[in-house]
Amino acid sequence: RYYEYIFGHSRRRTWGRWPLAARAEPELFQLQVVIEAGDPGCDRHPQLASSEAYHLTVTEPVAILKAPEVWGALRGLETFSQLVHEDDYGSFLVNESEINDFPRFPHRGVLLDTSRHYLPLKSILTNLDAMAFNKFNVLHWHIVDDQSFPYQSIYFPELSDKGAYSSNLIYTPTDVRLVIEYARLRGIRVIPEFDTPGHTQSWGKGQKDLLTPCYNGGQPTGSFGPVNPVWNTTYNFMTKFFKEISSVFPDEFIHLGGDEVDFSCWKSNPEVKEFMKKQGFGIDYAKLESYYVQNILDIVSSYKKGQMVWQEVFDHKAQLKPDTVVQVWMANNYARELSRVTGAGFTAVLSAPWYLDYISYGQDWKKYYSVEPLNFPGSEEQKKLLIGGEACLWGEFVDATNLTPRLWPRASAVGERLWSSSNVTNLQDAYNRLTNHRCRML
Amino acid sequence: AENEPSWETPCASLLVYVSTPGCDGFPSLDSSESYKLSVSKGSMLLSAETIWGALRGLETFSQLVGRDENGMYYINETEIVDFPRFPHRGLLLDTSRHYLPLKAILETLDVMAYNKFNVFHWHIVDDPSFPYESSTFPELSKQGAFNAMTHVYTASDVRSVIEYARLRGIRVIAEFDTPGHTLSWGPGAPGLLTPCYVGQGPSGVYGPINPIVNSTYQFVTSLFQEISAVFPDFYLHLGGDEVDFTCWKSNPEIRAFMVQMGLGQDYKKLESFYIQRLLDIVSSLGKGYIVWQEVFDNDVKLRPDTIIHVWKENDLQYLNEIANVTRSGYRALLSAPWYLNRISYGQDWIKAYKVEPLMFEGVPEQKALVIGGEACMWGEYVDVTNLTPRLW
Repeated sequence: RYYEYIFGHSRRRTWGRWPLAARAEPELFQLQVVIEAGDPGCDRHPQLASSEAYHLTVTEPVAILKAPEVWGALRGLETFSQLVHEDDYGSFLVNESEINDFPRFPHRGVLLDTSRHYLPLKSILTNLDAMAFNKFNVLHWHIVDDQSFPYQSIYFPELSDKGAYSSNLIYTPTDVRLVIEYARLRGIRVIPEFDTPGHTQSWGKGQKDLLTPCYNGGQPTGSFGPVNPVWNTTYNFMTKFFKEISSVFPDEFIHLGGDEVDFSCWKSNPEVKEFMKKQGFGIDYAKLESYYVQNILDIVSSYKKGQMVWQEVFDHKAQLKPDTVVQVWMANNYARELSRVTGAGFTAVLSAPWYLDYISYGQDWKKYYSVEPLNFPGSEEQKKLLIGGEACLWGEFVDATNLTPRLWPRASAVGERLWSSSNVTNLQDAYNRLTNHRCRML
Repeated sequence: AENEPSWETPCASLLVYVSTPGCDGFPSLDSSESYKLSVSKGSMLLSAETIWGALRGLETFSQLVGRDENGMYYINETEIVDFPRFPHRGLLLDTSRHYLPLKAILETLDVMAYNKFNVFHWHIVDDPSFPYESSTFPELSKQGAFNAMTHVYTASDVRSVIEYARLRGIRVIAEFDTPGHTLSWGPGAPGLLTPCYVGQGPSGVYGPINPIVNSTYQFVTSLFQEISAVFPDFYLHLGGDEVDFTCWKSNPEIRAFMVQMGLGQDYKKLESFYIQRLLDIVSSLGKGYIVWQEVFDNDVKLRPDTIIHVWKENDLQYLNEIANVTRSGYRALLSAPWYLNRISYGQDWIKAYKVEPLMFEGVPEQKALVIGGEACMWGEYVDVTNLTPRLW
């Protein structure tokens, strides 16, 4: 596909002009790609620890792209494709170059929300292409939420039968496999998020007795709240459900959510109140939330998966596994949160300054570009625990009609911030390259 | 049985009756757009005074037709008498900050028709580029377009836009904004723009159109002669906004002219001097004109049928401006709260919807002078990749 990217959109083809200059300059005939590791990894899935480093030497007659693993080769191929340019006569040129490159942060993600609005497969795949152009390597698939449940579960087909917006607005197992493979071929990990116990209204449509019935004055109101943490059936369901998720999604991590749990429904429910008393939680519902989350963490661990959680899970003092990744999203004083999370010894991923769904007038890419993720009080060891960040495009006001122009090229600013060295900060230079890059992506 | 729907008389056709013929003409500010729509068992009738009203009624009719789960099309029994509150309901597109391919413009005209807009305000040229291919002055686009081969509107393109719009009852009002916003005119019209000075010598940078040389007025006459012939609508938008006086002030010839004409230090008077002559030229060509509010604010002598376009938005000041404009007897167009290029997070349509153009202190005669408004989509951050989802 890189051949097509480099030569396919030739101006020569669209304008019908032929090169006037003779091919007299030194000519580059070939780009040789060499993967150094004994096992290059071409049949496996990229991981957090994968090497994405590469060495590119462009000189006549043959250019060489060397990388320890295939993932680095993909990054180098993207760079090479950006070095080749077309002159006014339709000739393709590339400067003699020597590049030694590797990412600053290993986790560079984009979050897509397919629950607030369904995103057709094509949108997701187009977005994966754009991510590859920007060396992003994680698709954080926030696949279900309150509004809809488009994920077609094999064990629990009713979840999407009753919870999706409609029967054709779902992701079948084949769709999911396609996304995972399309991503893999671009060196992009797919981390699914099944956010609980909050953000689960749509789960209740297809799974009876999962959500907490809310009460008013001793009577159920008919509406439901977060997942019910006191019933055994909840954990039986989650055990079976996450068994499926663990086998469907090959990445070592699953995102378990845990954000914005509204306690009011729990507080209204007599069984829950009884449970709180029995457990000695007093009136601290954060303890109940942590009780629930810890159980889920255990379930998911037993399937040999690592977990990612939103920051509330950490803030409410749930007992996390040592390799749990905490995603910091609350914009207020996020630097302090990063200190706290890494200070407690947990790895962190930063999203707070990169909520791209919050559009505003003008060149807001500069604001995203100027973020310095390591600008928080902490020791060297702490700073090492910040493994990267994610640009989030929440779906309240986004669907296939506006996803691409809303996400790009603003997300490119985040992509560079996460890949490039901390001293690559010149806005004017970035502007010049970004305007070029945008046209290239188009 | 009583539970069965009454499908006995399926509606077969919508009868459209137009009392005043005129399918070959162009819509105008005074065109009637009222229509009556009657849907009952066995008959569907759309009647209107003019073809333009029939178009509006057809759009309404298309919105009334539903489809049930069995795929059957249906329509409720309906009785509608409809007409627009304001006769000028426009949309501004900016094809200078970013070129918009013909297809994007035509697509926008379609969506405008779905929303009963009836004026396409084509802000066709500005500082960054001059995509309008002029037959009188071909160098303007040759030198001033982003790319003279791929980023221009040929005479045929312009004709396509005008006809496509006409078939949808949409007037095309072209804006050739002067004397400011004209940097792209410079390369193709040497001597048109004012050379700015630094100290004693020209700095190499140019400013607004030079108002003191005769060649300017000869040029303007010829150009607007062409524009008046190309664009059939009675009105042209002449711009007149945001004129930066610094360049004029730096130029010694202009300073001398100011002294000569007794204009003192008031460069607004120089701007008025230019604008007045421009307005006279355009009037003599048989066209009416719309100008941005600065022209009114700067006390230019205007013809009584001038339309003032209110665009400055700071804290509902625009309502005061409308009050002033209409109190002086001019008609007003409102755009200030409808700068749709200024995006923000969330359901900002609500803010635009809540605007009440007549919420100002004034007598009924004044209020009648507010002829409508325009949603503006300035092009600094807009091109074909994001126009449609940003605008609609």
